[in-house]
Amino acid sequence: MAAIIFNLFVINKSGGLIFYKDYGTQGRLDTNDSLRLASLWHSMHAISKELSPVNGCNGIEVLEADTFELHCFQALTGMAQKIFVAAEPGTPGIDSLLKTVYELYTDYVLKNPFYEVEMPIRCELWDLNLALAVRRDGKTGLTGR
Amino acid sequence: MIGVGRAKQNLNVVDRPLGKGKSEVSLSAFAFLFSELVQYNQGKVENIAELEHRLEEAGFGVGIRMLELLCHRDKANRRETRVLGILSFVHSTVWKSLFGKVADSLEKGTEHEDEYMISEKELLVNRFVSVPGGMGGFNCGTFVAGIVKGVLDGAGFPARVTAHFVAVEGQARPRTTILIKFAEEVVQRDARLA
Repeated sequence: MAAIIFNLFVINKSGGLIFYKDYGTQGRLDTNDSLRLASLWHSMHAISKELSPVNGCNGIEVLEADTFELHCFQALTGMAQKIFVAAEPGTPGIDSLLKTVYELYTDYVLKNPFYEVEMPIRCELWDLNLALAVRRDGKTGLTGR
Repeated sequence: MIGVGRAKQNLNVVDRPLGKGKSEVSLSAFAFLFSELVQYNQGKVENIAELEHRLEEAGFGVGIRMLELLCHRDKANRRETRVLGILSFVHSTVWKSLFGKVADSLEKGTEHEDEYMISEKELLVNRFVSVPGGMGGFNCGTFVAGIVKGVLDGAGFPARVTAHFVAVEGQARPRTTILIKFAEEVVQRDARLA
């Protein structure tokens, strides 16, 4: 089954969008829309932590809808950077994809001396490697890595 | 008095024997340290030329010490007197000890007698660095150029060493070339020795 990713968001500690990539055929989200979506998700994530009946909840991990699934990954270091991906329902391997994206983030964004934390990501190597990773796990339907 | 009983172990740091040294260091640790080095210098300079100069200075200190250390560890303990000798020392021994592999290639410049080039597909220090477009050709490889300069200077071959990006067809990322331009006296001395 083909694994299709619709889009990828990275948001910073305060909920601002620092990276947005669109892979779908539906057309790109407007910049304002993407910013709004990111802050919306950030707030929902925070609220869900409070609402949870179970102790030690870390927030929403997966949101399932009819036409898509939204997976969210939060780093253990508590920096509250979130990476989330909207994909086709039943897509396998999203979790490992998110972990891979996080690894790429720590490598090519955090180790880049020209990147200021919390700012929008504008790193060539990050774009390059992300394109490789998602092309493998996204469009080409590679199952497992 | 504290320390009286342990006088034997409390040797001055320069009296302690030089160990073999750890051959491997975490790449991530180095990457973060190097990133911090660049950021620190960025905060202190007004323009890119100064930043390059500072990185080169930092590398220079490393180069001088590397030369002494590697010559000491080398069993033969020889001193290089020829240009080709010192260049191949840099190209293999220094590179191997710093980056774990020999440099990709060593070439002699075609236009000038005193120019040599060491090329690398991707410098280790540049592995995680993406230079923003506004910096125009700035290369963190200047740090490595500084190391080479330190080694050459310490060995008695004064030279001007710079790092450049060279675009290669069929490759997304440009290759890095370290250009070494020896001083007049070195070229003359080498010609005399030949």
